[in-house]
Amino acid sequence: MNRGSSVALFVTCLADTLFPDVGRATVAVLERLGCQVVFPPSQTCCGQAHVNTGYQRDALPLVRNFVATFERYDAVVAPSGSCVGSVRHQHAIVAERAGDNALAERARAVASRTFELSEYLVDRLGVTDVGATYPHTVTYHPTCHSLRMLGVGDKPLTLLRNVRGLTLLALPAAEECCGFGGTFAMKNVDTSTAMLADKIGDVLATGAEVCAASDSSCLMHIGGGLSRLRTGVRTVHLAEILAATDGAA
Amino acid sequence: MSSRDVVLARIRSALGPVAPVPTVRAYRRDSDLDEVAVVERFAERVDDYRATVHRADPGGVAATIAAILVAAGARSVVVPEGFPERWLAALGDDVAVACDGGDLPTDELDRAAAVVTGCAIAIAETGTIVLDGSADQGRRAITLVPDHHVCVVAADRIVATVPEAIALLDPTRPLTMISGPSATSDIELDRVEGVHGPRTLDVVIVGA
Amino acid sequence: MSPGDRRLLPVHAPRGVGMLRGSQSFPDAARTALADTQLRRNLGHATATIRAKRAAVVGEVADWEELREAGRSIKADTMARLDDLLIQLEERVVAAGGVVHWARDADEANSIVTRLVRAAGADEVVKVKSMATQEIGLNEALADAGIAAYETDLAELIIQLSGDRPSHILVPAIHKNRAEIRALFARTLPGVDPDLTDDPRELAAAARSHLRRRFLSAKVAVSGANFGVAETGTLAVVESEGNGRMCLTLPRTLITVMGIEKVVPTFRDLEVFLQLLPRSSTGERMNPYTSLWTGVHAGDGPEAFHLVLLDNGRTAVLSDEVGRETLHCIRCSACLNVCPVYERTGGHAYGSVYPGPIGAILSPQLTGVEDNASLPYASTLCGACYDVCPVKIDIPSILVHLRAEHVEAQRRERRVPTPEAILMAAAAWTLADPGRWQNAQTAIRAGRALGRRRDKDAGRIRALPGPLAAWTAARDAPRPPAETFRQWWARTRGGAS
Ligand code: SF4
Repeated sequence: MNRGSSVALFVTCLADTLFPDVGRATVAVLERLGCQVVFPPSQTCCGQAHVNTGYQRDALPLVRNFVATFERYDAVVAPSGSCVGSVRHQHAIVAERAGDNALAERARAVASRTFELSEYLVDRLGVTDVGATYPHTVTYHPTCHSLRMLGVGDKPLTLLRNVRGLTLLALPAAEECCGFGGTFAMKNVDTSTAMLADKIGDVLATGAEVCAASDSSCLMHIGGGLSRLRTGVRTVHLAEILAATDGAA
Repeated sequence: MSSRDVVLARIRSALGPVAPVPTVRAYRRDSDLDEVAVVERFAERVDDYRATVHRADPGGVAATIAAILVAAGARSVVVPEGFPERWLAALGDDVAVACDGGDLPTDELDRAAAVVTGCAIAIAETGTIVLDGSADQGRRAITLVPDHHVCVVAADRIVATVPEAIALLDPTRPLTMISGPSATSDIELDRVEGVHGPRTLDVVIVGA
Repeated sequence: MSPGDRRLLPVHAPRGVGMLRGSQSFPDAARTALADTQLRRNLGHATATIRAKRAAVVGEVADWEELREAGRSIKADTMARLDDLLIQLEERVVAAGGVVHWARDADEANSIVTRLVRAAGADEVVKVKSMATQEIGLNEALADAGIAAYETDLAELIIQLSGDRPSHILVPAIHKNRAEIRALFARTLPGVDPDLTDDPRELAAAARSHLRRRFLSAKVAVSGANFGVAETGTLAVVESEGNGRMCLTLPRTLITVMGIEKVVPTFRDLEVFLQLLPRSSTGERMNPYTSLWTGVHAGDGPEAFHLVLLDNGRTAVLSDEVGRETLHCIRCSACLNVCPVYERTGGHAYGSVYPGPIGAILSPQLTGVEDNASLPYASTLCGACYDVCPVKIDIPSILVHLRAEHVEAQRRERRVPTPEAILMAAAAWTLADPGRWQNAQTAIRAGRALGRRRDKDAGRIRALPGPLAAWTAARDAPRPPAETFRQWWARTRGGAS
């Protein structure tokens, strides 16, 4: 148990701008567990979209800003598997490619203290029951980067199983990509849509009210499809479920 | 400048100075199965390929081979020159045996109903028999062209793992590793036994 | 190095020969494929079947991870001393009675093989499936020289008879179903039974009798190789049908075309790859037939053996320290079968003989990334390929690396940046500074107006303007909230951090 610890929230540029509820929920969960949450205002973006589209040189100032913003904290938490994946597996490479080995070293050090929310809760705080209540049927999409880049395993599912009132329904072909893939969703819109169609089919097959995940980007994609088709199924971030105490959200 | 020199020079300039890379071999070399279990495992795995497994003690090999050929209605059989004659003793007079010393024309192999051979090594975990062209196995063509292969495997030639088998094989010989009958899954991934190699494989395990 | 020695630098595979470059970009070719109902159904069924088989036989191997690590390290060691190992392989093959030829590129390999076939007095050859000979367009080159090349692998025969292109490394006719194949055989195989049904058993039997005469009479065979052992000069071909054994055993002359990266240091290394390959590839504990031969074996098999060692861009791949491990590939095709993009688009969309995740990294490196610039983007970076690769090739990282190579090549070649580059630079400039980013967020919030106008109640946007329209082609977009997270934080926590 490591309660009362101080954590810096990396809210991610996407949640900051389009999904502030995810950020608020992350703060609520961490504070409920006794963490001191700080929000360093100089933070912007991890640069993942740039790196994954080939613009590593353009990503360099973003990496520099991330490192400068967060290197003074003992723990950094983000409600996104792919952003943490980028910090952990890409930042040092971007710095090295640009010939800045000193930055690469610093980036590695920050990366070793940066955690995806479910990792932080389960591994660092040793908590699997966060005291949430969420009386809904939920199916969970594990997202590729949480699953394969970070290896979070079934930590999110463990957290969900301990939420009061929640019925967890297994998602068929859960480990298959939803088709988001950052700029892939635009550059290869047809293939992305074909993958989305199958993911939506699997979500609907569960009969769940809510499709949850730990990445706002994948949720924006899946949710955009569910909404376009007027399925009535909504997408909710894991943090929002874990923050719920009265069945709201 | 020869193409050989060009390609080698390109490789050297592509690599630049490189540090040697250590090879990591932490995998299993052998298994903890005892001798009886190894033979069992081999029989099981061969059977999984839809090959037929037969058991015989040394005195019963000839009868087993004869029975297999009778059941298949095989009237012409090829054997390699070094195949033990005693194992053919139970064949009926109506079965023509052609002994290959490397001289049977391919057309004759094509007309033969079956071929009977020994084997060099067998691998239990993968259900594989390995032929190395020794006198009791013959040249490669004889186990390929006829449509039915009967292979006699002495139990003491069966090892558990692939690494154990590789360690016993002689790379200067022509080696054929056979795991079940010829097969294809090229049409809708439906497995079909028998395309160009023998469509029927019988394995006779001797002495266990 | 003097300018005269430029040819000693690694070069990419030449244009105008072989099958490494498609005529369409991946997104365009994929669009066509995605609309092909039959293809989607065949592929979905096939990939799901192989995935399950692979998972079952890999699951029973307790030391699978140790084998993968061994495979990776053997290949890394091989690349680090590729020159020495090739020289050793050559020595051993020659000592065992074989002849070794070196080919800088596809054109040279094709002319070597053509010359050898002619010298053997043949005007036809039987072929066992080989990626390398497809890559260099050998069949076309032989045809130009008046030599008929007959593919003998069932799927390759189907492809050849229908004038199609392969769409999978392991099951090249994966996109065709049994009814299509029946119709093809009825039309093209001379003397075929008119009552032929679409039972795969009957179709395989028809191919068997069609090819049998050819095997028994062919003077020359052409093969590829899965492995070439430097220590002993031993070559290996791994197959299922027995057509490989026919080609390797019956004709008097055997010509094997092998990419230089297929060499392995020792005979013992086969104990690793012969465990990794079949389980990853066909999902079997062992494939039906593996043939190993060393030079010429008196009285058994061909009297003449030629080994053609092929570069064709491989040294260019080797020169990239990040991309180099692409050469570790043992062509098992496991990465294709788990790839959600491949599963839906099939192999033709990749343009090259190498489809799927491995194709997305190998083809652009063999040809130079600008000749296959859309391939590194044909992936969501989901990482499923890396998980199954038996030699642990980090395909997602190499994809990201190649995207950067492409962007940098564009930067060098174009005087005017692409619209995307301008957008990315602007975004990076904005995001590099918190103040600028907050201003931009204010601008994004103006997008609320879109949501209000189009779909007031649900808080969603059904059509975005400009380049973002691609997003709303298939999905709604979220309506920007009234307050960003950082505004909320500043308002409720007074900026206290
Ligand atoms: S990249 Fe790996 S998984 Fe893909 S074909 Fe090559 S060896 Fe197999």
